[in-house]
Amino acid sequence: MYPASFEYVRATSAQEAVDLLAQNADAKLLAGGHSLIPMMKLRLAQPAKLIDIGRIAEIRGICEKEGTLRIGSLTTHDTIANSELVRQKCSILAGAANKIGDPQVRNKGTIGGNIAHADPASDLPAVLVALGATVHMLGPNGPRSVAAGEFFTGLLETALEAGEILTEIEVPACCEDGSGCTYLKVEHPASGYAVCGAAAVVKMEDGSCVSASLCFNGITPTVFNAWPNGGPLVGGSADDATIAAAMAELSIDEPMGDIHASGEYRVALARAYGKRALIAARERSGG
Amino acid sequence: MATRIDLEVNGERHERDVEPRQLLVHFLREELGLTGTNVGCETSLCGACTVLMDGQAVKSCTQLAVQADGTSITTIEGLQTNGEYHPLQQAFWDCHGLQCGYCTPGMILAAADLLERNASPTEREVRDALKGNLCRCTGYHNIVKSVLAAAAGGES
Amino acid sequence: MSGVLGTSVKRREDPELITGRGKYTDDLTLPGMLHAAIVRSPHGHAKIRSIDIAAASAAPGVVAVYTGKDVIASGVGGVVPTGWLLPNLKTPAHPILATEKVRHVGDGVAVVVGEGRYQARDAAELVEVDYEPLDATVDAKGATAEGQPQIHEEAPNNVAFDWDLGDKAAADSAFEGAAHTVAVDLRNSRIIPFAIEPRAALASYDEASGLTLRMTSQNPHLHRLLMSLASLNLPEHRIRVIAPEVGGGFGSKIHHYPDEAIASWCAMQCGRPVKWAATRSETNATDAHGRDHVTHAEMALDGDGKILGLRVETYAAMGAYLSTFAPCVPTYLHGTLLSGQYDMPAIHIRVIGSFTNTAPVDAVRGAGRPEATYLVERLMDLAAIESGLDPTEVRRRNFVPADAFPYQTQVALAYDSGNYEVALDKALANSGYADLRSQQAERLASGGKLLGIGVCAYIEACGIAPSAVVGSLGAQAGLYESAKVRVHPTGTVTVFSGSSAHGQGHETTFAQIVADRLGVPMENVAVVEGDTDEVQFGMGTYGSRSAAVGGSAIAKSLDKIIAKGAKLAAHVLEVADTDLEFHDNQWSVKGSPDKSVAWGDVCLQAYLAHNMPADVEPGLEETTFYDPANFTYPFGAHIALVEIDRETGEIELLRYVAVDDCGEQINPMIVEGQVHGGIAYGIGQALWEEAVYDEHGQLLTSTLLDYALPKAHNLPSFELDHTITPCPHNPLGVKGIGEAGTIAAPVTIVNAVVDALRPFGVKHLDMPLTPEKIWRAMKNGEDV
Repeated sequence: MYPASFEYVRATSAQEAVDLLAQNADAKLLAGGHSLIPMMKLRLAQPAKLIDIGRIAEIRGICEKEGTLRIGSLTTHDTIANSELVRQKCSILAGAANKIGDPQVRNKGTIGGNIAHADPASDLPAVLVALGATVHMLGPNGPRSVAAGEFFTGLLETALEAGEILTEIEVPACCEDGSGCTYLKVEHPASGYAVCGAAAVVKMEDGSCVSASLCFNGITPTVFNAWPNGGPLVGGSADDATIAAAMAELSIDEPMGDIHASGEYRVALARAYGKRALIAARERSGG
Repeated sequence: MATRIDLEVNGERHERDVEPRQLLVHFLREELGLTGTNVGCETSLCGACTVLMDGQAVKSCTQLAVQADGTSITTIEGLQTNGEYHPLQQAFWDCHGLQCGYCTPGMILAAADLLERNASPTEREVRDALKGNLCRCTGYHNIVKSVLAAAAGGES
Repeated sequence: MSGVLGTSVKRREDPELITGRGKYTDDLTLPGMLHAAIVRSPHGHAKIRSIDIAAASAAPGVVAVYTGKDVIASGVGGVVPTGWLLPNLKTPAHPILATEKVRHVGDGVAVVVGEGRYQARDAAELVEVDYEPLDATVDAKGATAEGQPQIHEEAPNNVAFDWDLGDKAAADSAFEGAAHTVAVDLRNSRIIPFAIEPRAALASYDEASGLTLRMTSQNPHLHRLLMSLASLNLPEHRIRVIAPEVGGGFGSKIHHYPDEAIASWCAMQCGRPVKWAATRSETNATDAHGRDHVTHAEMALDGDGKILGLRVETYAAMGAYLSTFAPCVPTYLHGTLLSGQYDMPAIHIRVIGSFTNTAPVDAVRGAGRPEATYLVERLMDLAAIESGLDPTEVRRRNFVPADAFPYQTQVALAYDSGNYEVALDKALANSGYADLRSQQAERLASGGKLLGIGVCAYIEACGIAPSAVVGSLGAQAGLYESAKVRVHPTGTVTVFSGSSAHGQGHETTFAQIVADRLGVPMENVAVVEGDTDEVQFGMGTYGSRSAAVGGSAIAKSLDKIIAKGAKLAAHVLEVADTDLEFHDNQWSVKGSPDKSVAWGDVCLQAYLAHNMPADVEPGLEETTFYDPANFTYPFGAHIALVEIDRETGEIELLRYVAVDDCGEQINPMIVEGQVHGGIAYGIGQALWEEAVYDEHGQLLTSTLLDYALPKAHNLPSFELDHTITPCPHNPLGVKGIGEAGTIAAPVTIVNAVVDALRPFGVKHLDMPLTPEKIWRAMKNGEDV
């Protein structure tokens, strides 16, 4: 309940944060604090120094640019969940943000903090990978971008390198190009994290599936992308029977398990919720 | 190494030097003596420590006091105006929305955030909005009734 | 004010609590106050080789660091005792700080006292304890097997006691030739009581006034008594225990833990006030947990579904040490309730209490009675299937009939009153039971989500009494309650009750009793509880006893006040006091209401003493130690409707219908609130909650990340109703209600889920009913 002592410094710009990181190798970044502070209270994390980036205005907020949504890394889940822009153009992201934790957590927790922590049971990673989002970072060598699919590299591990900060998450305005998208979640009764989170984005044209992505949270140490290379729905009608058959075939190696839900059960959930998410996404799609 | 913070709590401005590691809830309780904000867990899940920060419900056990610099905080002690109960306080009293009272301040402030966004929520919306606040006494039944009553202008 | 009894008066407690002015223990500060942080074992079972406090002692802000050796050297008792004895009970010592060996995660080994709570915690991390880890044993039944690690030398095979009740020969013979027999092996899961306020204690000591201890207590006098007798050995009159606002208890704040003794002892050592306030994971690892039974139970029935006999064998975990009332819970609070609402001709139960490398187990809301109700009502559902009867019908055929009271069960209790069929009928009507059954069949046929309907008919025995009987059963305390009613010269009233509320609303309900009996306005009545210096003595609030025992004590004292007042009034009116009656706040001559003396005149005269009868002392103050003639026996019928996702096993609780009978209701609003909370508590155990230890004795569910409490968004609103069968033996006709919901709800929910899974051949599932368990049960059923 009582964090160990640390030094505290506040950055006023993204560049200043990068400079401070360069000077303090053992520092951690503090954004909303909703991933880091609980770890510090249990003394599972004892950083020597915190760089508070929570007030950097340039990396907060949502705008639309060239058909994509640009979301500053300090944007809170609540802001994303309630943004008209996000709801209209990328409803799956607003929906997923609204399923994170509880209202108080959403009021303070940020998209950047969330994905930088890369908790396997968090809600946003699968959604961002399914959307084909891009993660923008700033480091000592300037800005850099990676696809969300390459950003999440393992359990609590990301492509973010020492000295880098997250600046922006870029997501396609998928609701505008005829895609349908849905995020469904089975919530852990204690923590509220995802026991299984299924993100589906399906694009139909003239009754034919042009693309379909399906990713899961909570099943494997990092996002499980069911169909990194297109998958079995593409080119077909993506009717319920096809989806059901595809999900019956879904296999996931080495799923995680805990006292609440075994790996085997999580895979069963993935199949059931994958199916439901795909059907819902198809129904929402323009085609 | 103390850090200076300057914030408003219940309409009163405070400038204090705080240890960076001090949690906002401990600042409120121990530096300002506002003990209405309670601590019930250490994992940001029970909601007993909920306060309003710039009008939004936040868990003050998951904020450092230094993060509250420059903000305006409302605790349960600041909810009355001119000695009149806030409609939620009145409704919790009227509807027996509390028993031991420990979760009540957090519960009321979480509900205040909801009603600020949604003046006439459904029962489902109230229940969803309170998922970050645990109560062990009431089974939530009368808490939900209280929030709906407050939204309806005190008519339960 | 006549008519105030039985009305939903708003609580007078609430203005303090809705404004944040109410003071809980951790809200209080004293000048010069220090903070204590207890160093606790990270091992389930280990020898202590050495403890090095040097680094901790040198840390900033540290005033002192103590170990158990310092406690022993100081000459105090240094142990927390057991308050309930059974024949051949093993009672190994429970030191407040362990010196030789730790026996569960959370066992205290040292304490750091520092200027601030952060500093004390920092230094606690610096105490170096060299442990030699030992194998652990954590299962209630498994711990008693040969070859298991021995937790206490004096308890071979970790058996604390082996107890039985009932007629074994009669029960065995009931099974011979029975038309039907049913059996179940079940595990009543271990739960964490989880009051939202963690336990805390603030102690101060000075030579002049002794020890003052403010703490999270459901029974301050009991804490004072046990600290005086066992842990601190201070003279009782030099200890004052105060329970400020207490943020829920659910049993966990009954018991005497090491922690309040440690805080007190540190305050005495340091000469400054010391506060200890548990963190959540600390309180979860050290609060006495609840339930944790492994049970085999069998029931024999005749061809008409009438019960012939019941036999039960239960292994009940005691945890690492015997907590205050632990031995009583699985025995006298459990075995005695096995007749349920039914006429059972033969019952036998054997209970083996076992030591385990876990937190101690003791009374948690319901305490023994949910466990008994659980196994009886699970068997009744199995009996219904076996007999080909509807679950309601098999219950109905076995109810103790309304005209059979008082009814002597085969397990010691004598039920004083009841009307079970009426409550069941009301629950069936309110739930639309017949319609639910047809909906269920339609759903099953349509292939949609499964519906399950759970029924439970429960009885509770609460307000445990009389003292002579509980003493003969092993209680090291009486179970009466005290009430002093002080009438002031101006006619206002202060009640000093030995009950000790922590959410139950006594300031309101007890004032209602006074206002009703005396005809004074409620605002002229103050209620004082929770302070050993203010209140004469008291047994506190638990076991659904406060209205029935504490309230009755007040009623008895009020009768004495009225009787004494009658003597004063009779003296003024120059009539015999037996010619007077008291109503409408005055004494008047029977049949001549104009000849009367007003309340205020009598109260004033009692203190002026200018015109008193010769044999009457001045003053108007009466005390009662009310020792009930019997338990009270609330009962009811609960019905739950659940929906199950066939694909995933996820459950949704759609409806919860309850009909409860707690006799007369002092304040129906508060009664309903108690039922709501009790039901949610029971649903929590049924669906989500479980304290899980691994084989090393690590508590895997020490925080809310893993221990799931009921939340607002996964419960429905509850549909309540009641019947009223007054308690025949107490002056208010009231029975307990605080635990009823918790007794009924777990089995109501489990019965509903198992009912939904009948098409899959499922007969029983253990709590908590996780979606995975249900999914597996359906999968296995499909394979059948």
